[in-house]
Amino acid sequence: MSRTLVSVPKTAKVGEVIDIRAMIAHPMETGYRMGPNGQAIPRKIIRHFACEYDGEEVFSAEFHPAVSANPFVAFSTVATKSGALTFRWTDDDGKVETASAEIAVS
Amino acid sequence: MNVRETGLIGRRGLILAGGAGLLVLALPPARALARPSLQEAVNGFTGGKPVETGKVKLDVPPLVENGNAVGVTVAVESPMTAGDHVRRIALFNEKNPQADVAVFTLGPRTGRGRLSTRIRLATSQTLIAVAELSDGSYWSSSANVIVTLAACIEDLS
Repeated sequence: MSRTLVSVPKTAKVGEVIDIRAMIAHPMETGYRMGPNGQAIPRKIIRHFACEYDGEEVFSAEFHPAVSANPFVAFSTVATKSGALTFRWTDDDGKVETASAEIAVS
Repeated sequence: MNVRETGLIGRRGLILAGGAGLLVLALPPARALARPSLQEAVNGFTGGKPVETGKVKLDVPPLVENGNAVGVTVAVESPMTAGDHVRRIALFNEKNPQADVAVFTLGPRTGRGRLSTRIRLATSQTLIAVAELSDGSYWSSSANVIVTLAACIEDLS
């Protein structure tokens, strides 16, 4: 279970563009580094990130090893109705981490 | 005379052999050779369609101290409506072991054609951001970055 951190405004007006930031604690091991025994450390990265809101995917990202450790992404979405925004991170092994945040839209 | 000459050739041959050895050492490793060039990577994303300059603004510091986390912001001029929006934004680099950095998928509900992330840079190089709009056109912007401390190469000890 990796620690996740998401930032979503608590309230918004309908049609307002809101800023979202999402981060997950993850080493994003590139597979190009050598360990102390001289062997390459196997690659382990977050491959896919997606944000779903109001029943639809509003933003997604496909990461490669060139994305920093603890991948961070800032984007925006249009506030449509009150509810939860769900965030999903999928790693190389297919393991999924999720996070969610509530927003009240008036 | 004959003996001296052969001796000379022998030494010359030795020097040549040494030079060839150095040349072999200087060749980049196979992994670096297998990497597609920046242009090939962009073509792979666009499917060979022409890429125009403009509309996209790639914001990255010109000089970074730590290549392990370089803040990058890409902003695309677009009204982000159902009929006219940014479909995808891709980031590519010139000299990392892999050309791809990340591909982002956006849509009319994203609200703004703008995003930020943090990336790794192995050395001083050129970065390029390519945006695919809903009308199928591609726009790009590039930036040069000087990196003082490189990412990806440090060993654990």
